[in-house]
Amino acid sequence: MKKIAILGAMTVAGLSAGAVSASTLEDVKARGKLNCGVTTGLVGFAAPNANGEWEGFDVGVCRAVAAAVLGDPTAVEFVPTTGKTRFTALASGEIDLLARNTTWTFSRDVDLKFEFVGINYYDGQGFMVPKELGVSSAKELDGATVCIQTGTTTELNLADFFRANNISYEPVPIETNAEAQPLYLEGACDVYTTDASGLAATRAAFENPGDHVVLPEIISKEPLGPLVRHGDNDWADINRWVLNALIAAEELGVTSANVAEMSASAGNNPEINRLLGTEGTLGEMLGLEADWAKNAIMAGGNYGELFEKNIGENTPIGLARGLNAQWTEGGLLYSPPFR
Amino acid sequence: MSDTHAQTVAFVRQEMLPEQPPPASEQGVIKWMRQNLFDGWLNTLLTVLSLYFIYKIVAGAWPWFANGIWTTSSLAECRELLEGGVGACFSVLTERWNQLLFGFKYPPDQYWRPTLAFVLLLIAMAPVLFSKKFPRQMFIFTGLFPFIAFWLIWGGSLLTPLVALLGFVAGYVAFKKFEYQSFAMGMIAGLLATVIVWWLGGFITGAAPGFMALEAVPSRDLGGFMLNIILGTVCVSLSLPIGILLALGRQSDMIIIKWICVVFIEFIRGVPLITLLFVANVVLAYFLPPGTNFDLVLRVIIMITMFSSAYIAEVIRGGLAALPRGQYEAADSLGLDYAQSTRLIIMPQALKISIPGIVNVAVGLFKDTVLVSVISMFDLVGMIRGPILASTEWNGVYWELWGFAVLLFFVVCYGISQYSQWLERELATDHR
Repeated sequence: MKKIAILGAMTVAGLSAGAVSASTLEDVKARGKLNCGVTTGLVGFAAPNANGEWEGFDVGVCRAVAAAVLGDPTAVEFVPTTGKTRFTALASGEIDLLARNTTWTFSRDVDLKFEFVGINYYDGQGFMVPKELGVSSAKELDGATVCIQTGTTTELNLADFFRANNISYEPVPIETNAEAQPLYLEGACDVYTTDASGLAATRAAFENPGDHVVLPEIISKEPLGPLVRHGDNDWADINRWVLNALIAAEELGVTSANVAEMSASAGNNPEINRLLGTEGTLGEMLGLEADWAKNAIMAGGNYGELFEKNIGENTPIGLARGLNAQWTEGGLLYSPPFR
Repeated sequence: MSDTHAQTVAFVRQEMLPEQPPPASEQGVIKWMRQNLFDGWLNTLLTVLSLYFIYKIVAGAWPWFANGIWTTSSLAECRELLEGGVGACFSVLTERWNQLLFGFKYPPDQYWRPTLAFVLLLIAMAPVLFSKKFPRQMFIFTGLFPFIAFWLIWGGSLLTPLVALLGFVAGYVAFKKFEYQSFAMGMIAGLLATVIVWWLGGFITGAAPGFMALEAVPSRDLGGFMLNIILGTVCVSLSLPIGILLALGRQSDMIIIKWICVVFIEFIRGVPLITLLFVANVVLAYFLPPGTNFDLVLRVIIMITMFSSAYIAEVIRGGLAALPRGQYEAADSLGLDYAQSTRLIIMPQALKISIPGIVNVAVGLFKDTVLVSVISMFDLVGMIRGPILASTEWNGVYWELWGFAVLLFFVVCYGISQYSQWLERELATDHR
């Protein structure tokens, strides 16, 4: 039986090797589902709820792309990936899009042959310490034990930071954020370091959040964004502009509540009209329906709505917009024009 | 006393004294305690120390357990109710028990299917485990069980497992028909018949996909403790026969077969299981063309089966080596051929010797199935580490969840090891 299965797999492999389609968009349309890589669980960014439905900020990106391409925000097959399996899953074609709080770096973009389609969250690495330690700056952490997630950029940033400041530390390697929490609380490490968003989420889950402080230093730039494979620029364009549509929608005041009304007929603002397909042929240029952006916005709301619903100040995670505000409000979000 | 007379002593008892009960310190609980707990000052000291530590643990854990809260919908609510006091938040178990047992994507209205499959598993295993206590006819059900279980858990048309079953039956019939010519002829005929039936059956299942169909559940949606049980059961039962063949192959005189087995066993034993799982998940995807989705659970089953069959082969080889040379010679002198002597004389004895080792591998394998959480499958551990601890409601609950996982695994593993001890006693024919 075992041998037959292997032989069968090889035969299937051999047969279908000839029929590989060049276009990811065609594949997704033929399949009727978007294979979207997400994390196995990160508070606020992606996790299944009690009913088994995926929820979160990164999940919102997947749903928006599915809505734009297939017209159905639920036509997503979520493929959970760990920090170690995410890139092979994307490179091997198991997933079409990786939306897994992945930092955009030079080597991942160039050397690993991926295409980052934009930035959906500007993050930076910070430190959290118990208040009773009396530390007020990361530069006072000489000789500290530090809990750190393996296989991530935070590991490398930490080494850089401590080397640059000529102080020593002892790393305590951990696999997931969930593992770090008890280790840190039990005092297995003095310091926990990860992205500031993760620190906020972790601290919010503590019994006494006030006993812990997040140090002021942000030691790295962590632009997190969705990514696709090299070699299919059309598919990369679709993903890039879906993300831009969500950002532009917030800037233009298009929300999930008013998008249906706004897209019913052309209004006074030509940019909104072009975005929602009541004017021009932007959808056609992408190879999608004219109402692609409307569907994407309907899926979970514009960028601001996604943020508020999943990680914003009214959620247990309670992140402020900060760098992730629109450029008009002092943030870094700046979508190129829809023209 | 021989020269004394009855008259010279004042009193001679004529009847036996009734039997007295032993002194209080030499019977019942007190004797047991004296012998087992307070035998000498060192043991007394150790007993007192142990009692002290047990008391500390229970006294420490009891309020936590007794104050446990079972009805809230998030950790924050638990903490509010406890008002800073000590107490467990078991609500996570009452809210997410279904995810812990079945994974988060198995359709809730279909939970009866894996549950029924589990009950049937117990029935199917009964005649295998307790062959003297159950009628032999129950083995028919055991043979049918894999197909029923597949249909129940994965759903889809009943025809698929039915055709698979028919293939095996046809193969067996063909094997029996040609076995008298030679063993190899039988094998070839059997294999051919199986393949033909499967090939023909493919058309039938293709033509009637809705025949007695249950809602199909893709492998990716399996999870929770159910996945651990599926992987454990399937891999142990597949790796036993493969392990036996490998062990026999390693002892074979045929040089090619021998070397294939040796290389396979040594290679697999030299590689950590987690590496094989990464190969199954990640590297195989590179060899397959994009778009093909060769079932992940099947890939994992193949890898774990390969891993455990190599270990079981070595255990059984130990059993074979422990058999006295005379047993082989006796079998030869009876005129039995290789297949007969192995089946009737060698294997029953070798397997009996290997039982503790096989059970050891089986228990280890069952626990190793949690490693699949590393390749982002949501077994029991994967569910806890990933979705549940990453939900905003339950972020920060640890003892309750891991305690639950420990309990589930302990019950199963302790059961297996108790069974193996019973089996050893049952099969003990030597007079020790």
